[in-house]
Amino acid sequence: MQMHSIAFDISHTLAGGLVLISLMMLYQDRLYSLLNVFALHALVLSLSVAWQAFIQDAPHLYVTAVIALVFKAIVIPVALHRIVKQLGIHRDIESAVGIGPTMLAGMGLVALSLVLMLRVTSDADPLAREDLAFALSVVLLGLLVMVTRRNAVSQVVGFMSLENGLVLAATGAKGMPLVVEISVAFSILIAFIVIGIFLFRIRERFDSVDVSALDDFRGERR
Amino acid sequence: MNLSYFDPVTAVLLIPISSAALLAALPGYRLTARLNVVASLTTFLAALSLFVAERPSPGPYVLIDDLNIVFIVLNTFVGFTTSIFSASYIAHELETGRLTPTYLRFYHAMYQTMMFGMNLAFVSNNIGLMWVAVELATLTTVLMVGIYRTHAALEAAWKYFILGSVGIALALFGTILVYMAARPVMGEGQDGMVWTLLVERAANFDAALLNVAFVFLFLGYGTKVGLAPLHAWLPDAHAEGPTPISAVLSGLLLNVALYALLRFKILLAANPASIAPGPLMVTMGLVSLIFAAFMLYRRRDIKRLFAYSSIEHMGIIVFAFGMGGPLANFAGLLHMVMHSLTKSAIFYAVGHISQIKGTQRISRIRGLTVTHPALGWGLVAGVVAIAGLPPLGIFMSEFLVVSSTFARQPLLAIVLVFGLLLAFGALTLRLTSVAFGEPRGSAAPADASYIPMFAHLALVLGAGIYLPAPLVVWFQHVAQLLG
Repeated sequence: MQMHSIAFDISHTLAGGLVLISLMMLYQDRLYSLLNVFALHALVLSLSVAWQAFIQDAPHLYVTAVIALVFKAIVIPVALHRIVKQLGIHRDIESAVGIGPTMLAGMGLVALSLVLMLRVTSDADPLAREDLAFALSVVLLGLLVMVTRRNAVSQVVGFMSLENGLVLAATGAKGMPLVVEISVAFSILIAFIVIGIFLFRIRERFDSVDVSALDDFRGERR
Repeated sequence: MNLSYFDPVTAVLLIPISSAALLAALPGYRLTARLNVVASLTTFLAALSLFVAERPSPGPYVLIDDLNIVFIVLNTFVGFTTSIFSASYIAHELETGRLTPTYLRFYHAMYQTMMFGMNLAFVSNNIGLMWVAVELATLTTVLMVGIYRTHAALEAAWKYFILGSVGIALALFGTILVYMAARPVMGEGQDGMVWTLLVERAANFDAALLNVAFVFLFLGYGTKVGLAPLHAWLPDAHAEGPTPISAVLSGLLLNVALYALLRFKILLAANPASIAPGPLMVTMGLVSLIFAAFMLYRRRDIKRLFAYSSIEHMGIIVFAFGMGGPLANFAGLLHMVMHSLTKSAIFYAVGHISQIKGTQRISRIRGLTVTHPALGWGLVAGVVAIAGLPPLGIFMSEFLVVSSTFARQPLLAIVLVFGLLLAFGALTLRLTSVAFGEPRGSAAPADASYIPMFAHLALVLGAGIYLPAPLVVWFQHVAQLLG
């Protein structure tokens, strides 16, 4: 019983840590620091997944943990660093909304997801339900990052942190078939390829990856 | 398995994916465009053989039942006709230099990959696999929307990608929640994702969790259906991509997402303690319908016009399924099929028209029936069908939706009819200026393929005049499945 509660505490801490790091993302105003925070996010995720693999005695989850570590904590941030450098856009992020309102909205979203998930899952086992509540917070915060940023690179970072929340939810759901984990990993891979292509094309055609620059070309205004 | 060695389900999946690999490797557009047609035709034939072949019993991944068999056949049929249209459309794009041969290779490979993704989504019995398949189909269309690499095309693809990913993410979260709701009953592992098993035992699932799951699934897949507040990607993606892609987006991909929603609706209906999804679907459907009907008046781009018309029709269909009951479900199913056929036919016409005129602006296209009678009258027939005039198929399905709603919720029916009339007005207004009047723009002879367009229109007309009895029985049976 004692062992169980330690297991519970650790996974709780890691999931809560993810929510905190998501909140940290909201107030990063430089691309490099945003990428660093994202790398930290992915690192904590991989720890959390590894811990779930250990306590659920589900070795296949280690694969997910390794993918999170290698791809999301190392490869992708490094690659995005290089893209940012090549494009010369390491200046301030032009966020569409100010930091204050964004943080308030972020806290509101966390509260919302806690209230919603804890109320709905009152019968489920405590570990799963709190994991789910944290996962939903991470997903919503990822959405918030995507909404408040104009820059294509930071939108991509927001999207990936959102995916991290999904991985957290999927691993928290005990015994969920491997299919899904693989699919999640693959989706990130595919998403990254797509994004890579997009960034490449956008760079080819425009001097900036600021998405708002694209707004000028709305078809209706031609 | 009487037809040893020939398994239609495998064929429906294997032909597209292997031809995608082949088309990526082969040079020369004449060859690849024809191969694309041949591959789509064989897939369609394989799908047809599903009717006669013995159905495999539902496994952990694959399911063939009365609901999806209709959609697989429709999907492969429109995929086939679009490949014919695409061949002549693409030839023109190569001549004008909008596409290079390298991109064309990529285009054909993506086309078949998309067909694979959509077919996989239809046959999958596993809610995780279905999610993967819908996502695969979406990603390939994102790449194809951006293929012209103009400013507008890139913006459209980027918007589609971002909104599509958000939809994807919400749908996956909903899928995970369904598994969580099912776990106490189904136990851990594989079974918790198999749709047929889930439906059997759904009555004992945690209703509250299932409700939340459905909301996420509805928003997630609803983004892909193009329901009103989540539709922002749809007009841009339709307008800026190659027209064959607009045709399959409207005709097929929206159906795939809606099909996924229907599966979950059946799941929810099997649990008496959960909320009824009806009111949610009715509201979103009506909002989409009214919103799109108003937006139709302000369109200046012909492909955008018909993209908004797709939002309108998806609204009607979601509304019909939200009302539920045998008659409304029947109407919804019929409307899905009719809309697919009609809308893709319209896009075939619009594709050739915008190529001849060199523009998509409505104000620069005039008097089509004079300069290009076949295309012009084809478009007229298509718009008459999509606006819901008798005797075409959409009139029948819309009539069924309206009359069944009047019998149960007269107030809702008034709103519905108001939306339909609004859309009708907008479409007639635009049609008269495009099809009739003093010709404007290039009158160069069209090098078009008319067969796909007229084949679709003939089917829609046929269905409007006379639906064969076995087909009616079939639709009624499926409508009952939907509850």
